[in-house]
This record gives sequence, C-alpha cells and structure tokens, in this order.
Amino acid sequence: MEQLLQFFILLPFVGYVVSLFIPDKKEKFIASIASTIVGVHFLALLVFVGFWIINRSPVLDIRHLTFYKEDSIEIFINFYFDKITAVFALVGASITFLVAVYSRFYLHRDSGFKRFFNTLLLFYFAYTLVIFSGNFETLFVGWEFLGITSFLLIVFYRDRYLPVKNGLKTISLYRLGDVCLILSLWMSHHLWHENITFNKLNDLQLVATHINEHNYFTIFIIVMFVIAATIKSAQIPFSSWLPRAMEGPTTSSAIFYGSLSVHLGVFLLLRTYPYWQTLISMKVLVISIGSLTAITASLIARVQSSVKTQIAYGSIAQIGLMFIEVAMGWHVLALVHFTGNAFLRTYQLLVSPSVLGYFIHDQFFSYVPQNYNTTNSFIRKLSNSFYLLSIKEWNMDVLQFRCLWLPLKKLGRQLNFINSKIIFSILILVYFGGLFCFSFEEKIPKPLDDLLHLFFGFIAMILVIKAFSERQNALKAWTLIIASQFYLILSIAFLNDKYEYVEILIYVSGLLLSAITGFICLFKLKKIEKSIDLNSFSGHIYEHPRIAFLFLLSCLGFVGLPFTPSFIGIDLMFSHIHKNEYLLILFSSVSFLFIEIAALRMYARLFLGPHKKAYHPIAYRSS
Amino acid sequence: MNQTITSHNSSSINSALSDSSSKHNLSHASFNEVHVLHQLKHYLPSQTPLKDFIHHNSLHAFQGMKFYDAIFKASEIFGFQVAMELHDYRKLIEVGRIRAEILDKVICDKKGSEHLAIWKSNILSKEYDEHISSRIGLLRANWKVAHQVDLDTMVQPLLFRVLCSYLDQGVAIWEFPVGGKSFLDSLKDLEKNSFTSLFKTSRAQKLLFQQDLSVSGLLDILIGNEVYFEQYLFDQQFSHRGWSGLVSAVEDKPDTLLSPKQISLKDLIIFELLLEIDNLDYVLGSNWKPLCTSINFPPVDLFADIETTELQEVFKICQDAFEWSYYDEVLAGVKQLSESKQNSSKISSTEPKNFQAMFCIDERECSLRRHIESIDNRCETFGTPGFFSVEFFFQAHNAKFYDKLCPAPVTPNYLIKEFDVTEKRKHDLFYTNKSHSFHTGFISSFTLGFWAAIRLVRNVFKPSMAPAISNAFAHMNSKGKLTVENVSTSDRENNLQIGFTVDEMTTRVASLLNGIALTKNFAPLVYVIAHGSSSANNPHHGAHDCGACSGRPGSVNARVFASMANNEKVRLALKQQGIDIPTSTQFVGGLHDTAADEIEFYDLNVLNTVNAQKHKENAIAFENALDLNAKERSRRFASIDTKMPIKKVRRAIKERSVSLFEPRPELGHGTNTLCVVGKRDLTKGLFLDRRAFLNSYDYKTDPEGKFLTGIMKPLGPVCGGINLEYYFSRVDNYKLGAGTKLPHNVMGLFGVANSSDGDLRPGLPWQMIEVHDPVRLMIIVEHFPDVVLKTVQSTPEMYEWFINEWVHLAAVNPETSEISYFVKGAFVPYQPLANSIHFFKDVNALLEDAKEMETNHIAHATQENLPIYFYN
Repeated sequence: MEQLLQFFILLPFVGYVVSLFIPDKKEKFIASIASTIVGVHFLALLVFVGFWIINRSPVLDIRHLTFYKEDSIEIFINFYFDKITAVFALVGASITFLVAVYSRFYLHRDSGFKRFFNTLLLFYFAYTLVIFSGNFETLFVGWEFLGITSFLLIVFYRDRYLPVKNGLKTISLYRLGDVCLILSLWMSHHLWHENITFNKLNDLQLVATHINEHNYFTIFIIVMFVIAATIKSAQIPFSSWLPRAMEGPTTSSAIFYGSLSVHLGVFLLLRTYPYWQTLISMKVLVISIGSLTAITASLIARVQSSVKTQIAYGSIAQIGLMFIEVAMGWHVLALVHFTGNAFLRTYQLLVSPSVLGYFIHDQFFSYVPQNYNTTNSFIRKLSNSFYLLSIKEWNMDVLQFRCLWLPLKKLGRQLNFINSKIIFSILILVYFGGLFCFSFEEKIPKPLDDLLHLFFGFIAMILVIKAFSERQNALKAWTLIIASQFYLILSIAFLNDKYEYVEILIYVSGLLLSAITGFICLFKLKKIEKSIDLNSFSGHIYEHPRIAFLFLLSCLGFVGLPFTPSFIGIDLMFSHIHKNEYLLILFSSVSFLFIEIAALRMYARLFLGPHKKAYHPIAYRSS
Repeated sequence: MNQTITSHNSSSINSALSDSSSKHNLSHASFNEVHVLHQLKHYLPSQTPLKDFIHHNSLHAFQGMKFYDAIFKASEIFGFQVAMELHDYRKLIEVGRIRAEILDKVICDKKGSEHLAIWKSNILSKEYDEHISSRIGLLRANWKVAHQVDLDTMVQPLLFRVLCSYLDQGVAIWEFPVGGKSFLDSLKDLEKNSFTSLFKTSRAQKLLFQQDLSVSGLLDILIGNEVYFEQYLFDQQFSHRGWSGLVSAVEDKPDTLLSPKQISLKDLIIFELLLEIDNLDYVLGSNWKPLCTSINFPPVDLFADIETTELQEVFKICQDAFEWSYYDEVLAGVKQLSESKQNSSKISSTEPKNFQAMFCIDERECSLRRHIESIDNRCETFGTPGFFSVEFFFQAHNAKFYDKLCPAPVTPNYLIKEFDVTEKRKHDLFYTNKSHSFHTGFISSFTLGFWAAIRLVRNVFKPSMAPAISNAFAHMNSKGKLTVENVSTSDRENNLQIGFTVDEMTTRVASLLNGIALTKNFAPLVYVIAHGSSSANNPHHGAHDCGACSGRPGSVNARVFASMANNEKVRLALKQQGIDIPTSTQFVGGLHDTAADEIEFYDLNVLNTVNAQKHKENAIAFENALDLNAKERSRRFASIDTKMPIKKVRRAIKERSVSLFEPRPELGHGTNTLCVVGKRDLTKGLFLDRRAFLNSYDYKTDPEGKFLTGIMKPLGPVCGGINLEYYFSRVDNYKLGAGTKLPHNVMGLFGVANSSDGDLRPGLPWQMIEVHDPVRLMIIVEHFPDVVLKTVQSTPEMYEWFINEWVHLAAVNPETSEISYFVKGAFVPYQPLANSIHFFKDVNALLEDAKEMETNHIAHATQENLPIYFYN
C-alpha cells in the first residue's frame, strides 16, 4: 500500500509537465488535462482511502529517492500517510477539481489561460507533496514550490502595479517563513543527526528523551515552525498580506487564499504536534497566537466594506481557532473545522461578485436606517477607537514594514559606497585572498580561521542587502547577489575542515548556471532597451516574454528552488554550520532570506508592472 | 537626485505652454476654488453606483469639441489611448477588414487625390512614435523626486478604505459609527470621540478641527504657491479618478445610494490633503518646505491647446476608413433593398396581420424580430424605446424604495405600486456577512461549510436559478397587481401621483402609437415586449438591462402600457384623436430575457376566448423564434456548439444565464454600430447581425418631422452614449474601461475595484467589449434630408452630437432611395462603393458556418462580425 503513495505525487507532476506542452489556444485541451488529472487523482484517493480505512487506517511511511548521501548527512524524499493527510488530500483534490472545472469557463479567452492552469497544476503538485511528505526535507520542497506558485498567481495580472507590489510583499513574508523552516531543519539536523521522519516523531518515548537532552534547541526548532505556520496562515502579526494577495482571478483567490494554501499553517502544526505536545510553553504560544488572531481578525472583518477582504479576515479568524484546537489536542475537531471552513470560504469567494446584486435587492425590501449613537460616553469612545484601529488593520501592515523591511532598506541605502569600482576590485581581491587562505587552511591558526569565516559571512550578508536596495543598475544588483553567494560558500568552507570539494562543486555548478543565464538575459535586455534600472517597475515582459521567462528561471535556480543543485547546496551548507555558530547562522539566514527577495524584486522591477513604453493602453498605478 | 520632472515630452508641453500663455494667460493666476472644483467634477468620470448603470459617453467632458479634436486632447491631458493602435489598423487593412477602396476614398476626401500615394505609404509603413505622454501627474510626481516620498502608496490605502467605509451600503457588519452628517463632519466627530486617530501626526489632526479649514489653506502648506494649486488638485484627484468620480457623482445624485450619505468632492479633497500633510510630517518631520520651493518650472495649463501631428491625421484616416468600410456596405444594402422594393409591385400593407409586436429599439432585439417575422410571415414588428412612453417610479410589493423606470434624464411624477403579491422573497444564507466573526464563523464552518461543498458541485455541474442570481423576471411579480389607473388626483405618495389619469394614459398611448405609426390596421393581438437580462455573479448586470428604463428590466412598463391601451376609457379618447383600436384587439405585455432567451407574458387572463386561443398559437411562434435567436447568439459563445439540436442550444443558452462561472452571460451591446429610424421595411430583408438599434417611424405620417424630433432627441444620449462607452472601453480598457472582471472585488455595493487597496474601476469590463468593433454610431433616418436636417438642428444639445461628429447621420430619401450623408452641417449625396451584397437563403446555415474569433484581439475579434446579407 505504501508503494501507491508515490503515484499520488507523481500524477499532478505529470499533469503539470504535460500541460506545459499544449499550445496556448487549445483552451479545452488545457482545461481538460487539468480537470482530468485532478479528477482522477480525487477518485483514486477515494478508493485508496476506502481501502485504507478497511485496513484499519494504518500509518504509512515510505522512503524514496535518496538525493545525496554522506557519512553524516543523507537527504531523501519520504512519504507518509495518516488521517491528517487523508483529510487534507481529499479536501484539496475536491476543491481543486471543482475550481479547475469552474475556471475553464471563467477564464475563457483570458490571455493568461494556459499560465493559470500550468500554475494550478504546479500548485496542486506542491500541495500534495507537502501533505504527503514524511520528513521535513520533503515538506520543505513542497513548501517552496507553493510559495513560488503563490507569487505567480498573485502577479497573474502582471501589467498592473498593485498585483506586482502585493506579490512581492507576499513572497517576502513567505520567504521569511521559508528561512524559519530552513533554520529548524538546520537545528534538527544537528540534534537528531539525521533527517528525522514524521513517523519517528510519533515515538513518544524517543521524543521525550530528546527534548530532555536539548531543551532550548528544541524550543528554537518549534518556535521556527510556529513562525512559519503563522506566516503561511496569515495569523497575527502577519495577517495583512492575505487580503492583498487576492489580486488574481477570483478562482485562484478562492483556492489559494480562501481554502488550501492558508490552511497549510494548520497542517504544519498538526504534523509537528507530537514534537511539542508535552511542551506547555509552546502550547501557550500557539493558543495565544490563535486567540489573538481570532479576536482581532473578527474585528477587522466586521468593519471591512469590500467583500473579498471581509472573507479573507473571516477566514483568518477561523484559522486562529484551528490553531487553538490543534494546541488543545482536538485534532478531529480541527480537521472537520478545516474542511468546513475551506469549502465555505471557497464558495463565498467564488460567489463574491453576486453580493452586489443580492444585497442591494435585499436592502430594497428590508432597509432600516441605522440609529447612530451620539452620546459622548466612554463606551462610545472605546468602541470608536476599536473601529478606527480595525479600519487601519491594527497598524500591522505599517508595523511590519517599519520593523522588518525599512531598517534593511535604510541599511542598504547606507551602503551606497559599494558602488564604486575600487570597492568592487577590493571585494574581488579579498575573495581571492580568501580562496588562497582556504587552500592553506591547515596552516591558519584556529582563532583567525573563526574570524575569517565570520568576516566572509558578514560580507555576504552586506552584499545581498545592498543588492536588495539597489535601484540604479540591474547588472550591478545581479553581480552583488552572485558575489554574496560566493562569499557565503567561502565562509562556510572555512568552517568545516572536512568540507568536500564535491559539495562545493554541486553548489557552484548550480549557481554558475543560474548566474550566467541571468547575465545573458540582462545583457540582452540592456542591448535592446539601453537602460535597465530598478527605480520603478518597467514591464518589459510586454515586449520580451522569453527573456522574462528565462530570467525567472535563473532567479529560481539561483535562490535554490527545490531540485536545483543550489537547493542541495543550501541544505548541505546549513548542515555544515554548527549549532553554536549563532553569528554565522544569522548572517547566512539573512542572506538566504534576501537572495530570493532581491532576485524576485529584480525580476518584478524589470519585467512586471505597467510597461514603461506607453505606446499601448497601460493601467493606472492605483488600479 | 535633485532634478525635477518637467515633462515626459518636453517639446510638446513647452509648445503647449507657449500656446496657452498667449491664449489662456495662465488663466488662474489666482486660485478660484469654486471654479476648480467645478472643472474637476466636469472632467471626472460620472458613473453612478453600479446598481444604476446608465451608459454614457466616457469623454462627455469633451463633447463640446469635434470628435477627433476632443479625443486627441483628452489623450494628451490624461494619457488615454483613444483610437486603436496603429499596428492594429494595419492588421485590419491587411486582412481586408478595412477595405482598400474605402481607404483610398477617405484619403482622397481628406487629403486630395494628389496626395494619395504618400499618405497611403504613411499609413501602411511609416514608423511613428506612438508614445502617449500625459500632462496629468507631472507636478505631483515631484514629491518623489524631491523628497523620496511616495504619497500615493502612503495615502491611498487608508483614504480609499475610509471613503468606502463611510459610503458603504451594507457590506460591513460594523457600519461607520457616525452618520447623518457630512463626510468631513463625520470624521471630526469620530476623531473627537475616540482614543485613537486617523492620523499619524498631530498637525494634521489639529488642522482638521481648525475653524477656517479650506482647500487653499491646506494647499498653502503643501504647495506654497497659488499658481500651482489647480494643477496639483487635478494631479491628485486623477491619481484615483474612480473614487473621485464616484464621490462627485454621489454628490450630484445622492439618491443613487439607498442608504443616504452626504459627501462632496471638496470634503474628499480636504481629507486627502490632510492625509498628505500627515504623511509628509511623518516621514520628513515637520520641517519640510512646500513643494513649490523644489520646482523650477511654471505650472502646466492642462487644458491648453495641443499640437497637431501627422500621426493624428493617420489615426483619423484609419478610423474613418474602418468605420466606412462597414457603413458603406450597410448603406449600399439599404439602398439596393429600398430600390428593389420600390420596383417590385407593392405588397399590400393592408393585408390583415396575425399579430403585431413592439420591442425595444435595443439592437439585441433586432434578431428576435427577424426570427419571429420569418416564422410567422403575417406578423408585424415595431421598435420603440423600451419604456414604452410611460415614465414612472415603481414600488415593488413591500419594497422600501422606488425604482425609476424611464430614461435617466427624465424625472417622473407618477408612481406605480405593486400589490396583492403572495409569494415570499427567497433568501440565501451563503451571502450573509454574519459568518465572518469567529463564533458565527465557527458555527458556519460546521454547517454552511459542508452545504457549500454540495452547492459548489451543483453550481458547477448543474447550474440553476437561485435567489442570488439577478433574475429579470423577478423585478416584478407576474401574479401581483399594479396601480395603473389613478383613483383620484389627490391619491399621492411622496409627492408622486399614484397611477395615471385617463387623459394622461391617452396622451402616452397616442404618442407611442403615432411615433411608430401604428394607428390603423390593428391585429387582434398587439404584444408589448420589454426586455431585461438575468445573470449570475455579475456586478455589472445593470448594464445588460434596458437602457431606456434606467438600467432595469422594462417588464412593468410593458404591462402598464398594455393595461393602458386595453382600458376602455382610453380607447374611447383615442378614437376621438383618430386612433381607432377595434374592441377585438387586445394588448399583451411581456418581458424578453435577453440572456436566457425566454419570454414571459403578463395578464393573459384579460384575453377574450378568441384571443386566448390565438395567443396560444402565437406563443408557439415566439417559442420557435426564441430557439432561433438562441442559436444565432450561440455562434459567439465558445462553450456552445451552434450545430447542436436547437433545443439543446436553447438549454445551453439558458444555463449560461444562471452559471456562476460564466463571465459572459450575454454580450450586452457589444458590436452595436447602427441606429435605423424608419419603417421596418427599410431593413426587413437585410441581415444586420444584431448590430442595429431599430426605431419604427413612418415619414408619411409625419411630413413636418414633428414626431421625428421626439424620436431623435434621445438617440444621442441613449444609443450614442452606449456606443461611445463601448468605443472607449474597447480602445483603452485599462484607463477608460474596467479591465477584466475576473479579479474584481465588490466595494461597498456601489462599485468594483481590483485588490483590496485599488481604485474603483468605472467603465465596461473586458468581457463585455471584446466582441465590439470600436466604431461610432451611424444613425440612418428614412426621410427627406431637409426635414432631417431641420429636426437635428431644432435643439443645440441634439445638434452637438452630429455637428461635432460623435455620431454619424445619414438620410434615405423615401421616394428616390437616394442616400445622403451629414457632413459639416449639410447633407451631401452618398454613392456607396460596395455593389455586390450577397444573398443568403438560409440565415441559419450562415450562422452555423460563421467563423469564431481566434483570439480577442481586434484583428481577430472583428472577423466574427458578419457582412451585410440579403435574406428572404
């Protein structure tokens, strides 16, 4: 029975690949591939779950495909199936199937028809990968794909300003969640000395002894999980991205942000529950986040005067309750709650355009003028204050910007000096110096060695922050990103005496491929367009869709999209950083956080948004 | 870093500036608030809340100018695309959709035949700089240049949210806590009575409560120099023209909102200026200097004259050629048909008819009329504006509000009330906004949630009518009764007379019958068929209903008219006016659902036994005609195979109108181009592909053009308005249209926006205009040119439409069949170039084989439109 699990992952992927090769105009064909694949998937699941229940629903676990194996590290794909998987898979398959059928008509003649179904299938693949995953590595692969497909669907209407802006905003937060996941992966590597599978986490005895041994480290791992889940499920303080992510066609908003994608935070908590079920502090943390969100999001939902935003906050509030349910151990309740909420919000979003007609009609017959409270009472003042705060979404958006992004932007602006050629030359010299030292590493005294790798790690971080805030020259930004990666390798290489050249080669080869492709794209674009600055969105995809696609691929390869060599490199690198290397892990995780953001920001600024050349109709910025 | 933006295209602006400095003398050296507010309101979009969708010319502000001058000027000021892109025109020439001989003719007419070659090569191959620069936004952009502050991003999300919350008609569960006051006073009240503030800093908050709070006072702080004020306000308001336009429209017509709100553009501007000061204080501290200190160029006169360019000439020629490639064929068809009819021995028009039917002039009824005529060749059809000359407010049973059921500019003095309705209105729990709090949402998840799954399956695989679908037939209850006849003139409600007196009824019935020249030879049954449209999940559903009924179904009007015309006292009075309706003749009201292709007839119980029997037969004819009509419409819907058995096609058409997933339940007025005023005979036999508004009129009954004035007057605002809204939404769907409707988010029940922080999107969505050819309306009148000329010149408002070329006008001489075309104030003879109009025996075969568009780009989309054919 375990052998069948891979089929469920493979099918959506095959569907995705097939859908790539169908010509744009074959709408029926594209749509039927999508609905057939997902429909078959759903039926197969039904049969499978039926047999599984007859067999007294055993927990299934199977290891597949080892990517990389070394003495201390082994990266492998692992699948897993239990009742949580069953529920998420069935709900996911049925909603995706219905939305695919719905979208065939809804998106008719939309210029992005094919793009939509491609992305939908890729999303579905990522979703199944996440819920069938048997270890954190596998889950992370799916998680990453999910983030990318989210980004692609938010910027679906890429010739307008707001979708692109909000897409970047969302992916930046998602990336923060990803880095949290990477960090917890990193830490658990060191603690377990293996890729711990979810199956093993079910072993209460094992987990208990483990927690006793490494109490603080465990808490670190779990807090990282919780942050990742909080971001994915748009809980407080990260809620404001969700309503703003509803930029794509209503159907994609319904499936992503109404139902499946936002509930994955709940899934992550359910999956990791065995790990933290004995830790009261963690339970309190999750319950606090959940209850705070439930209350605040309800308030915000109540004052919303636009339909989709209202549904978004309504859904966030329910997910807050699910957080509480998970922490309390009421998992069956949480699963039923998830199912009901997913269907309800999907449906509400799909019919959201009807609201105008329905409510106006309703009002026609049942309108009652409101009585306004005009007293000057304390209660009224308090209630007004809550109203105003809810209108301003409790300033979460502003806070997020000020606490998270603004300091880094400012820091980036302070780094303007890096632009001069001298600095560049120095950087190159230093790098070669570093390489030189590396080859004679045995002769370098240990304290200096420690300092050096910190130093290089620091440079890597500074460079990528600079790349993130670079506005003038795209080529420079790209160079900075690459330079930062090379410094990072150097830094980590210094760290570990046992560092294998093969590992570096794997990583560097992936990096180089992406870097060079990126450069080719940029040079080509520069040759045609003369200036390629990053001051504002340029929308070059209107004229150069191919270059844009290639550049997107190189960005993705570069930032370590799963299955690229860079991805294995990143994972390997993290396993080489020791658990007490706080500064280095800070530098490198900040670097990884910003590499994807900086690269996608470049992609967005160069290729997306309102086209710079106004010889054809162009959307207003505010629309 | 300190350079300032002077303009994108400095040469044109500078020349515009030097032009204007001489003419306008930089007119507003001193800032005149009232004047500027008036100007702003004039240029902002005037679309009211979506429930009252009234089509209008998107560039109404420029209507005092000639069409081409106006559109190019609007483009220069606001950056609109106002014609198709040049490569699109070239593509149309290539595929023959712009006919070569017409192109040559247009060039010769405009430029002289000696310049034909050079202009032709310009049009076909010369490279032009097609970049559209705009004057709007240049001044305000300097905040970013000089201070690195992106005011739009900082101000707009909160501004829109507060506006939407204040104006909200019922989306929010927790309503705006202050009401019954103007927008600004409400904000003051809210600020005063709360522990927190809308603002981030204290200065703006204090300013709000300042006694002499004024636009110019705030501008003084922000800008400093009065000469820039006007330009700044335009920049500011046009950075979100959707919201500003709505505010301005609600200010002018407060009753378009059910829940009343007192808002004005001035209040909006003051609040926005305060938010700007607030954010500048927040980012820059309180020591920033006004904007004028960091700019070194004079204010731009937005409305200064524009440079004429060769490219504009190219656009004019191409657009004219595109339009005439179609008109020429139509006029040729009309002429040939008219000639052949005059030559053939006249069919006696006194032959008794089976039935007569009046429809709305709406171009969507054009095909239904053709089909009903083909099924029963002893029937006769008429076209007249779909409110059937009866103007009133309608109060549905138990309704708290009135619906206006007549053209938008008319303000009726009458009220028709519905009573004796026993059916209960149905509700739909899924639309309750109560499911968004955590406790109610919790319960909903466990109950509604699972029901939603079942509903979704049903909606996807078996769509059917539901309470949340706007159902044209639900506008009025067919079993209810109406207060048509006034009991006594003192029977009034809210200053409206309930029902019409006999005299008032007689006037209206006579006026309609005279207008369409149906004053004798009445058939036993005369149908009065209004129209409406059902659609699901469609915030723009009002745009599909009857334009002559203020964007609502016309069922009540049809029923009221039939009831008036059946009234014995009215008949008696009509007889005295020379309209003798035999007692055996009865009128029957009905409603045609243009999306579902269904007809409902009203008050059949009043029919006598003979007529009841006849109606049964006629109803079958109508059914069959609807089948054919559905088939004809289906050719443009990719989801329906036109060749399927006809009943299946019909079912599929009906399903579309109730499908949640169908963004095109019908195509509305897409492809409209023509308006024919004349006898049915003028176009009967000419296949016009549902592109013509058809208004019945007989020149013989009206030699002086008395009735003609009444008929022609609304054609500009109604048909012209529809046509131009489609035109502009088509050529610039981003700025003048609403964009694709797929991501739309309903705001406050009055508009749609993209995303949660976006500007409102007035205009038509992409799904409505993709089949439309952007050509102006051609009105063809069957009368002597001098009478037509006299008629259109009778009022300046009417004449403006024609003399300024916003619509074309042609006259068909009823005696000689000669065509003349109105140009520069006079009629000149027009000799059509097209001479071979094909004859088609079986229109259905034509429809089955018609090409479907490859993509929705104009060069492909336009090929879906069929040429003119003769049919039997």
